Amino acid sequence: MPTVAPLDLAGHVAGVAYLGDVPFFAESAGAIHRLDHGHKTVEAHEGLLACIRDEATDTLLTGGEDGKVLRIGVDGTVTEVAHVERKWISQIAAGPQGVVAYAYGKTTHVRLADGTTKHFTEDRTVEGIAFAPKGLRIAVARYNGVSLHWVGMAGQPVELEWKGAHTGVSFSPDGRFVVTMMQENALHGWKMDSKPGSETRHMRMTGYPAKIKSISWSAKGKWLASSGAPAAIVWPFQAKDGPMGKAPLELGTRANMMVTQVACHPTDEIAAIGYADGMILAVRFADAKEVLLRRPGKGAITAMAWNRSGKQLAFGSEAGDCGVIDITA
Amino acid sequence: MTETAPATKPIPVTVLTGYLGAGKTTLLNRILSDNHGKKYAVIVNEFGEIGIDNDLIVESDEEIYEMNNGCVCCTVRGDLIRVVEGLMRRPGRFDGIIVETTGLADPVPVAQTFFMDDDVRAKTELDAVVTLVDAKHLPLRLKDSREAEDQIAFADVVLLNKTDLVTPEELAKVEATVRAINPSARIHRTERSNIDLTKVLNQGAFNLERALENEPHFLDHDHHEHDHTCGPDCGHDHHHDHDHDHHHHDHDHHGHDHHHHDHAPSPIHDVTVQSVSLRGGEMNPDRFFPWIQKITQTEGPNILRLKGIIAFAGDEERYVVQGVHMIIEGDHQRPWKDGEKRESRLVFIGRELDREKLERTFNACAAEAKPN
Repeated sequence: MPTVAPLDLAGHVAGVAYLGDVPFFAESAGAIHRLDHGHKTVEAHEGLLACIRDEATDTLLTGGEDGKVLRIGVDGTVTEVAHVERKWISQIAAGPQGVVAYAYGKTTHVRLADGTTKHFTEDRTVEGIAFAPKGLRIAVARYNGVSLHWVGMAGQPVELEWKGAHTGVSFSPDGRFVVTMMQENALHGWKMDSKPGSETRHMRMTGYPAKIKSISWSAKGKWLASSGAPAAIVWPFQAKDGPMGKAPLELGTRANMMVTQVACHPTDEIAAIGYADGMILAVRFADAKEVLLRRPGKGAITAMAWNRSGKQLAFGSEAGDCGVIDITA
Repeated sequence: MTETAPATKPIPVTVLTGYLGAGKTTLLNRILSDNHGKKYAVIVNEFGEIGIDNDLIVESDEEIYEMNNGCVCCTVRGDLIRVVEGLMRRPGRFDGIIVETTGLADPVPVAQTFFMDDDVRAKTELDAVVTLVDAKHLPLRLKDSREAEDQIAFADVVLLNKTDLVTPEELAKVEATVRAINPSARIHRTERSNIDLTKVLNQGAFNLERALENEPHFLDHDHHEHDHTCGPDCGHDHHHDHDHDHHHHDHDHHGHDHHHHDHAPSPIHDVTVQSVSLRGGEMNPDRFFPWIQKITQTEGPNILRLKGIIAFAGDEERYVVQGVHMIIEGDHQRPWKDGEKRESRLVFIGRELDREKLERTFNACAAEAKPN
């Protein structure tokens, strides 16, 4: 039976992540907590909107209602990356070698390692940013599609068009696919290595009863797990055309409880599935076998992250009841 | 999603519309500085001249989403979805949300956001659409802007502002125009947006439980057609009459005043919004529901608002309905009171409404109507 070490915080948790083996919990109120030989806290933002891990430097990047973009080190040191008065910074992404992208309004700002900043402006509001796995290239989700920009080069962006509001974007780990979350209870995907205009280019992943808030690629990008249903919906991406014409796995199905977060294991084909009642299951793709990691808590799961070895899972909820689950115990 | 809905009460949202210069910022500053003991988060398009130091003022670019369901009127505000979601992560900070729209904004996507987005709907509740009208400049606005008319047509509460800049005759005309566009809104006359905030905030206008409870005279005026000037519960009513009486000593009868207004030549040339008020007896639910579904599906783009109280044959409770374009909601509200007349009343506000067809098909839903 996995063991849960609880951490009770006051309010909504916007993100969790491991830096080294230290779990971090970012509260929407602005404080960042870590469990590093005891509970330590940094007051980072006046209202925190986004918190992600920068793999390249093993730090956290956060954006806030105070208009700040901050980098948080494993020891809790805070460095200001940017400060824009009176703007909410809710979109943030980490690139190679400490490159940071953040957006407010219609413009994405990419701060390079040498301190210079590039700007990319869309016709509509930026709703999501992702760096490509190779090369200094960003995908920007906006109304009616995605714009792809090479950061180092001036030139026309590649436009991936699909009607509707795209609220988040992600590259597959091998860079062959771009997937967006949509306002209308669907994912949309583009196959990057097929010709523009060809029929195999678009992937419509629909049938969800709710909006999709969380997606996660499995190890090597073979599967894409998603929330938005009373089960984790896991699409197969091994084949050349991705999930086209294939049915997804439905894992951890519950009668009347929505999945709110998914996090694929770093090495094995297993996903942690968090629900609206705070329950967490681990489910294996091969045989749909379920293991209960955490019983229902005070609120919906809003964030989950595995440590590098995949032996620990940190989680947070909208009610602030967080914790670390050790699955080896 | 009911499963994700918090146990806490939904946060009320007030939408503030009005043409540039109508007094929205003045009203906002009053709301933010008034000593009412409540805290409001304010979503604005531009910080502009809000002089109050409040850390809960959020600037947001209007971002209209069309929904991919083939319906042109199904639009929501994407920026509001994002900002409201962000605000609602820490709901303890404020008692309500106020959305200030730009002068040219269409209020419909703003309102529809609170019905069509599941997450927003689970945590908030649209309280009322409050529209400020510049009494001096409204006639001009109506000539050059469809938005000004839409904002009035869509309102639950209209503040007829800057009344000190017009003559009593001009004011009466402007009020008649507002009433012609929207027969069911509550109209308040104001100077410099000065109003008792209890008449603006916490109105429950979209709450089926409360919406019509506070309007005992809902639609009572409909038989006058819609060119008279008194709202269902307008507090200035007497003041207005008094003025009128004062100037016309021979006209001291309340009913006479109304009569006079009803037959005044309509000064309204630039109004394209109309309303159709329907009244009938007890309805047959097996006819009424398919009818209202069909009407809102086919006429949805032309319907700005609809509100009604329906008496169903054999049903001991009042049924209330309301709608925005193609969105329609209905529920039982409360038992009919002893002696209360069991009648059905429904008002449509919109454009190109076919009054004859609406009346005929509505009447065909009556419990005693013969099936055709």
